[in-house]
Amino acid sequence: MNHFARTAGDWISDRWATVGDRVSDVVGKRPVKIPLIIVGVALVYLLPILNLPIIATPESDFPTVLFTVTVYAIVAVGLNIVTGYAGLLDLGYVGFYATGAYVIGLLTAYHFAWPFLLVLPIAMLITLVTGVLLGAPTLRVRGDYLAIVTMGFGELIRITIRNTAWLGGTSGIKSIPAPQGIGDKSTGVFQIPHLDWSTGTPLVDLNRQTKFLVFGVLDATPYFWLALTALIVIIVIERLVKRGRVGRMWEATREDEDAAEIMGVPTFKFKLLAFASGAFIGGLAGALFASKAGYINPISFPANLSMLFVAAVVIGGSGNRWGAIIGAIIVAYLPERFRQLEDWRLLFFGIALVAIVSFRPQGLFPPGNRARAQRAARRAARDAQREVPVV
Amino acid sequence: MTLLEVESLSVNYGHIEAIRDISFSVEQGTITTLIGANGAGKTTTLKTISGLRTVRAGRIVFDGRDITRARPDERVRMGLTQSPEGRRCFPGMTVMENLDMGALLRTDRRTGGVAQDVERVFTLFPRLKERSGQYAGTMSGGEQQMLAIGRALMARPKLVLLDEPSMGLAPKLIRQIFSIIDEIKDQGTTVLLVEQNANQALKRSDVAHVLETGEIVRSGTGPELAVDPAVKAAYLGGDV
Repeated sequence: MNHFARTAGDWISDRWATVGDRVSDVVGKRPVKIPLIIVGVALVYLLPILNLPIIATPESDFPTVLFTVTVYAIVAVGLNIVTGYAGLLDLGYVGFYATGAYVIGLLTAYHFAWPFLLVLPIAMLITLVTGVLLGAPTLRVRGDYLAIVTMGFGELIRITIRNTAWLGGTSGIKSIPAPQGIGDKSTGVFQIPHLDWSTGTPLVDLNRQTKFLVFGVLDATPYFWLALTALIVIIVIERLVKRGRVGRMWEATREDEDAAEIMGVPTFKFKLLAFASGAFIGGLAGALFASKAGYINPISFPANLSMLFVAAVVIGGSGNRWGAIIGAIIVAYLPERFRQLEDWRLLFFGIALVAIVSFRPQGLFPPGNRARAQRAARRAARDAQREVPVV
Repeated sequence: MTLLEVESLSVNYGHIEAIRDISFSVEQGTITTLIGANGAGKTTTLKTISGLRTVRAGRIVFDGRDITRARPDERVRMGLTQSPEGRRCFPGMTVMENLDMGALLRTDRRTGGVAQDVERVFTLFPRLKERSGQYAGTMSGGEQQMLAIGRALMARPKLVLLDEPSMGLAPKLIRQIFSIIDEIKDQGTTVLLVEQNANQALKRSDVAHVLETGEIVRSGTGPELAVDPAVKAAYLGGDV
């Protein structure tokens, strides 16, 4: 990169950083007032009902998009533990997503007809075990090599599924039943009409009502609520873990593994813990995906989905859960929102990704301390340059 | 009393023998120094003592216990810590957080033992106190070196391994670091030092060993080696 581009990049990222800091201050660390959180969360729950113009997706079913975005957000939170906290670049995360999805498929449809809520924890546990089995022999490998090995995991899982008839083979698993809801199948406990903005003013659309709480093909809103609830539970637990000693150990391991060892951090154990927690959460996301999709096959889990997951975490700001979630929103929502641009949207999406990583390599919302440390280092470097006497 | 006993230690990197059959011991309350050129095996020796490298042959006994196969965290618990080559402070953590990492395995956080040791480190390095909230990655090399040594002391070690504490520092700062190493010894912590700056190091060492291509070729007290003609020619420069 030439000098101008570098300076411009610095300038832009400095500008951005102050905005980013302010935002991450609000959404991230400080204990925001609890009523504000409740109102915010309620608003998110009501998004498919409110169906707000501009935010709503004109060309795709909005509740379905919201569901997908939420599943991606769960993935991003899980992958952020692996990549952001422990510093393990995982390019095969889709493998865990697939494992979660397939456990649901196999136990609720293909071999048995167990209820979803019973299978969900089983799916997460099996994915966790998969994570430990794959992580234990390989996490001694570091850096780029680990990235290559993990890339292998994703493919390994997909190809194993494809070639095993017992797992559905190439034809996949069909008619995965929806989770059991609450209330009568045709009416639910009660019904909530969506808003219709097509005339410019909000009207109650009685033709479009969400039955509480009936999962079905026609209305994705209950799925969105389920996924959002799962996301919130995951965030709460992850936050507790991250704030304690475990979070510090991950940070030390990520910043300097040898130095961490010298301090007495059993780095291998903590890397494995991060890897397994990530797998666990990835399994949850995959399970939700499978129950909504109703049909899964090996093609649903290509290697480039792993890349998209990593892109979400990196764009948002590796190491900051809120950043990762924003990355997931960018990656999953923007292409759907701009569907009317047809194939051009992928071009714009690509350009946007390149622009973000070149001007803001640390992501849009990096963790507060790392962002500040990096800026201070850059300032120090610049000052040092200035002090060099001109000969 | 012997605190650390290294017996016929050999360590390989792949097929390359990094250190070959070296033996030495560190007496409690002393400064012991390993000097030698680049690639002589000094850093490997220290890394093996802290458990970052696996031993091919030989034994390491620390404080009466065989630690040849012990995990690094077990060694830290027993009171063996290291300030690694190149400082290796955690750049994204503040000075305080770095010191706290050094006290990771301490169990007396509640009762104020850790806070007491932070004060002790701040007395040794007043500069760190001024910078306690600063990110380690933004500090100068000398400050980071102080932090790395301070961090190693936070586990309240019996033996602290210092790997090239003078590397890349200005002469004035080097003298300061060495006088602090003396002070650490006076406070009762045994020091095993690895240095290329042989002149300063030998002056202060009770015992010193010269490493050459993975073997100990000479041993003696620091002042003895400082006047040894061969050592002088090889490590101290002709004009000393």
